[in-house]
Amino acid sequence: MTNEELIEKLKLIVKPYVKNDEGFKNMDENTDFLNDLKINSANLVDVILDVENEFDIIIDNESMEKMLNVKAAMEIITTKLSENDRQ
Amino acid sequence: MNNRVVITGLGVASPNGVGITDFTHAIKNGISGIRFIQQLKDLNFSCCIGGIPPVSEQLKLQYLTPLQLKNFNSSGILYGCIAGMGAWEDAGLPINENSDTEWDSGTVFGTGSSSVEKLRESFYKIDAGNVKMLGSTAVSQTMVSGVSAYLGGILGLGNLVTSNSSACCTGTEAIIMGFERIQAGKAKRMLVGGCSDDGPYIWGGFDAMKVMSYKNNHDAEKASRPMSATASGFVPGSGAGALLLESLESALARGAKIYGEISGAAINAGGQRGTGSMTAPNNQAVQRCIKAAVENANINAGEIDLINGHLTATIKDAAEINNWAEALNRKADNFPYIHSLKAMTGHCLGAAGAIESVAAILCLKYNFIYPSINCEDVHPDIAAIINPKKIPQTVLENNNLQVIAKASFGFGDVNACIIFKKYKP
Repeated sequence: MTNEELIEKLKLIVKPYVKNDEGFKNMDENTDFLNDLKINSANLVDVILDVENEFDIIIDNESMEKMLNVKAAMEIITTKLSENDRQ
Repeated sequence: MNNRVVITGLGVASPNGVGITDFTHAIKNGISGIRFIQQLKDLNFSCCIGGIPPVSEQLKLQYLTPLQLKNFNSSGILYGCIAGMGAWEDAGLPINENSDTEWDSGTVFGTGSSSVEKLRESFYKIDAGNVKMLGSTAVSQTMVSGVSAYLGGILGLGNLVTSNSSACCTGTEAIIMGFERIQAGKAKRMLVGGCSDDGPYIWGGFDAMKVMSYKNNHDAEKASRPMSATASGFVPGSGAGALLLESLESALARGAKIYGEISGAAINAGGQRGTGSMTAPNNQAVQRCIKAAVENANINAGEIDLINGHLTATIKDAAEINNWAEALNRKADNFPYIHSLKAMTGHCLGAAGAIESVAAILCLKYNFIYPSINCEDVHPDIAAIINPKKIPQTVLENNNLQVIAKASFGFGDVNACIIFKKYKP
């Protein structure tokens, strides 16, 4: 999966939670979920559940804490997917 | 001196009508909202009928956002939001998520049990070791104050925001709590009401107690029969009712439409002594509650034109009639008109008092008495106390109603009674 494809998938996942359409339109690797998309911090756990479902991965507590922006999310997803591949 | 309290907005999600227009049409025409429910049959319920407000997916989206509806499984909160937001808008007040906090507006919005479906869903996830899958809204949906918290956020309420709970008294009690808060000058506007979930998990306990009707599964619309000789238990209902209460001063200042006034009220309990128990009323307490409400309203019992009863269609209906007759000292031809909304909606539990109060205020404002359907065969014990003509079988229009008494009684031997009066400057 290319980075562009990954961002497109993430966009679909976060869309229901986004409170700032402008930030969503310009969403890229540098986008922060809370500051740029104005996602309610309580909803971050829902975003992570949706990511787990979409990619069929399990995100541990430590990774969850880091998943505050698109870049971190992409790294975590990529890492978990490669772990799945090794299994 | 206490502030006068008037009603400036109404909202409702009832089995026989969602929204004030549909609900008014339904009650005037004696339209039942009771239906056969296959799910209850499949689960081996004795009572396979019930009342559920007709709410389409499209209608839901008029009240809650797609995000609020994500992982949402709380019919009571949904009905509460439909009724509560409806009452707020009916009062001519705006709903805007960017508005300032309304420091002088609050809510007391009750429920008997909160979001049992969401709890059930959560328990299954927890037991399977998947607590994480509860997501972010399991708490806000299942906390008892869920409905008031949802409404508080949608409307920007900055005064008291809470949910009361007193079984089938809940809706009526909420109205009284809001009334007293405005009377005391602690708030200008209070959104008050009650809601109840639908479905087998909320109704199952009553089915097990054998207090629900099981003889009329084949004829749903005829099944709820308050005051009838052939009453065979209550039919379960669900939904929500809401009133926007406002100080008279505030209502006049903004030129609001006034439906009527709350002129007095009373709450008490029977202590589960005498004839009272967890599930049965202490008759002495019921009579004291009615008398205290009349006294609080500073009226004579003779001024009451209409009683909006609790009257569930169980064996306790005759005892209720006797309590009204004793408390008001009015019998036979001298008894006021009386009717039971539950004949059309079933017993909406925590929402009952609120939905029934909405119906009472519509009668008061528009001068009609809706029929107490399914009571063509008045119970002989009731006919021995009052003239059966006092129980209208068809709608009575152009009836200049001045005073309506509304009461609710609940498990735990708790009672609440309100006196609604036509507004006069």
